[in-house]
Amino acid sequence: MKIVVCIKQVPDTTEIKLDPVKGTMIREGVPSIMNPDDKGGLEMALQLKDKFGAEVTVLTMGPMQAEAILREAFAMGADKAILLSDRKFAGADTLATSNTLAGALRALDYDLIITGRQAIDGDTAQVGPQIAEHLDLPQVTYVEDLQFDGKKTFTVRKATEDGYQILEVDAPCVLTVLSSANKARYMSVRGIVEAFDKPIETWGFDNITVDESKIGLNGSPTRVAKSFGKALKAAGQVYEVEPTEAVDIIINKLKEKYII
Amino acid sequence: MDKSASKNVYVFVEQREGVIQSVALELLGKARELADELGEQVYAILLGKGISDKAQECIYYGADTVLCVDAPELESYVTEPYAQAICQIVNRYNPSILLIGATTIGRDLGPRLSARLTTGLTADCTGLAISEDRNLMMTRPAFGGNLMATIVCKEHRPQMSTVRPGVMKIGRRDTERKGNIEAVTIDFDKSKFRVKLLKTVKEQKNLVDITEAKILVSGGRGVGNQEGFDMLREMAKTIGAEVSSSRAMVDAGVISHDRQVGQTGKTVRPDVYFACGISGAIQHLAGMEESETIIAINKDKFAPIFQVADVGIVGDVRKVIPLLTERLKNRSK
Repeated sequence: MKIVVCIKQVPDTTEIKLDPVKGTMIREGVPSIMNPDDKGGLEMALQLKDKFGAEVTVLTMGPMQAEAILREAFAMGADKAILLSDRKFAGADTLATSNTLAGALRALDYDLIITGRQAIDGDTAQVGPQIAEHLDLPQVTYVEDLQFDGKKTFTVRKATEDGYQILEVDAPCVLTVLSSANKARYMSVRGIVEAFDKPIETWGFDNITVDESKIGLNGSPTRVAKSFGKALKAAGQVYEVEPTEAVDIIINKLKEKYII
Repeated sequence: MDKSASKNVYVFVEQREGVIQSVALELLGKARELADELGEQVYAILLGKGISDKAQECIYYGADTVLCVDAPELESYVTEPYAQAICQIVNRYNPSILLIGATTIGRDLGPRLSARLTTGLTADCTGLAISEDRNLMMTRPAFGGNLMATIVCKEHRPQMSTVRPGVMKIGRRDTERKGNIEAVTIDFDKSKFRVKLLKTVKEQKNLVDITEAKILVSGGRGVGNQEGFDMLREMAKTIGAEVSSSRAMVDAGVISHDRQVGQTGKTVRPDVYFACGISGAIQHLAGMEESETIIAINKDKFAPIFQVADVGIVGDVRKVIPLLTERLKNRSK
């Protein structure tokens, strides 16, 4: 089985702090990491490899620094890594990004394509399903568990708001995976050593199969008109008092609002 | 799609087991506002099996026309049949705007549609407005809620947006409103139906969805464990509240994901939100700061939650909550 996992390097948004005065983001010193849902997807692929044998390729689009997460993927157990990097890819929204990734996937063999459900910098959850559409493949999103019959059928557990669904889909297909699906393995010592010797393929526009008008800024239907920091609601009163007095204050507030 | 000929505001009316989801009603209200500003009409797209009797509700909440597809293929949501139905409707009617709830269904369907229709999709919007040049201005949080961005889709139609449940307010149910109901037939290509839904399982049936709750008692790291949450549940019972949580407690396995408030959980706007032992990471604030009244209890007086709280108590939740429960229990005596 051949599995391609699409991964993304993202700033660790849980480490981002806001300037309390200006309300702007402080980006300095924020570490870059492999997107958590993508890591869950990679782990799912590696578990399939452990159990059934598979060749796992990781694919990312980004600047040259994105190599770091490909090395990490090698150290976890990935077999091949491809970095899509070209100025023509830049400025892409989700649709143009999915066209670029689909263009690369057309040049690869796959039985299964895995992406993370969403990336923590954009939280859009769009690129996975869009890739599936471009490649005319069925999709299952929000995947939290997976069974494989060893031939071609996946039985997939999909998370919903109030429970889950069980769906069945045959290879080839696209699955978007939650980070909570599993606990991603650590990089092995041997893996880390070997990760630096394994070759990363860098692909540009000429290596992929896609119309130039569909990628980068020109292929993006959406544009950011403006961005701004979030205005925080004005703070109320903070009390440092004994618990009994604190309870009085809360009770009074609830009465004031006609809750009790 | 031809931009100059595209017109009107369309809403995908999500139903589950024949029940119209509240996010759809929220969207109908918002679509009404947008359409009035544009001088256009609101169309509701209602898909399902045996759901025709629900069409009238869409009119009460703001639709001018309901496009109703009643077909066995649409009984339960699966990506492909729903995508085919909506694509055929879009190609026939040429909407200017298409709004979808940002649920697990909408976020599965929306991107599939945008790729098939070659148009832009803005995810998880929290604000929608019309610009001077009559484009849809779609505002959404980015970078985990640290930044807001306004997105436009100028040259492609329909302008598509998924909208977070709980963000837009449901309009008044006006039973005097009149509208048209059109039955639409879809020509399904069943050879593309490649995903089979085997079963749908609902967990914790007796709980109220936290987005519907009037009062939420929410626990974070400071509540710590199962025992701490039992304490919150007991307090919640005294005022008819539901219990919710921050991400930390979901990750720790203390409470299930459907109870999570925040950027990766649910957006809530109850009348009262109790934040107990929640420090208030920006991702959490993004999901609850629109609450009518916020009461925060935290040991750390520098906790960011106090910046959004109406009442902040610097103290130990394990001391304050039991006392508060006691007082609330005895109030009617």
